[in-house]
Amino acid sequence: MKGFAAASALLIVAVSSALAVDIPLDQRHSDAEFISAGTRAMQNDETQNPGMLTVLDGETLWNAKAGSSGKSCADCHGDARVSMKGVAARYPAFMPSQGRPVDLEQRINLSRVNDQNAMPLAFESADLLALTAYVARQSFGIPVAVVNDVQSKPFIEQGRTLFERREGQINLSCAQCHDDNWGKNLAASVIPQAQPTGYPIYRLEWQAVGSLQRRLRSCMIASRAEPYDYGAPELVDLEFYLLWRARGLPIETPAVRP
Amino acid sequence: MARALINVPKTAKRGDVIEIKTLISHIMETGYRIGVTGQPIPRDIIDDFVCLYNGEEIFRAQLYPAIAANPYISFFTVATASGTMSFTWTDQHGKSQVQIAEITVE
Repeated sequence: MKGFAAASALLIVAVSSALAVDIPLDQRHSDAEFISAGTRAMQNDETQNPGMLTVLDGETLWNAKAGSSGKSCADCHGDARVSMKGVAARYPAFMPSQGRPVDLEQRINLSRVNDQNAMPLAFESADLLALTAYVARQSFGIPVAVVNDVQSKPFIEQGRTLFERREGQINLSCAQCHDDNWGKNLAASVIPQAQPTGYPIYRLEWQAVGSLQRRLRSCMIASRAEPYDYGAPELVDLEFYLLWRARGLPIETPAVRP
Repeated sequence: MARALINVPKTAKRGDVIEIKTLISHIMETGYRIGVTGQPIPRDIIDDFVCLYNGEEIFRAQLYPAIAANPYISFFTVATASGTMSFTWTDQHGKSQVQIAEITVE
């Protein structure tokens, strides 16, 4: 009995020490490398990628006047192809006025409220996804470059804690699949590294475009955990950690995923 | 109605085989799903697609509920003359959307 307890304790130590090992920087891959060749071809062809329809919707919204200011995004920011180039690669980012980080969707809504005097767009609404996809598309090919400074660090670390913490009825952490077992199979699917470089994505399962927060929530539901609400600080911290973890990988919005 | 993307080569040599690619945004609701209230979600699909090349029908497709959202249709034709290609998607209610593309054949 004593021997068994000691052996299990050893085993637990061995298992837990295997956890939470970061993927070496040079071994990181875009999640596009873990999908089928057909889905990848769909992503890479602008006429085949349904996410491009959302990007085009976003371009229309960029130029449309909104709110009591009577201003469009373009009235202040001009041509998004110039002014928004590289911007999405730096989000989430710490915003001093909020005292915490915001993701790209929240940043767009802040500008709507403060600059356009318009109502914020609902999370996961077609319009917010379209504007986000259009802004993110302008960073296509640009390496992720979120800032991990003194102010950001506690939130990124909080995101890491959430990523590595077991939760839900299955008692599974994000890291157990995406740090420790990427490249292996979960049923018929290959487990990707969860490098969120292509959001908003067109997901075949959804038959629609969705945000990183939607994707995180669906992973939580799949592990039978209680998902955080859209816009919850925990989700933003997780996004912040994930994008910092993906630093240097190129943006590929709008990605297509199974 | 909806947003569509068309890819037709701007120029081609006479006799060339060219690929035409089209994508349109549509929910393609099958009619077989049940909504949150327990009621069936009514069917809402595009059921016809046709391409005319200088007025002549060169491609037609009938679509059914098993086609995924945002139908992507690609096909090949022979570049015979300069002119216009028109693409028409019609939904089950008879509502149509037309897009035009120009091609120059040398």
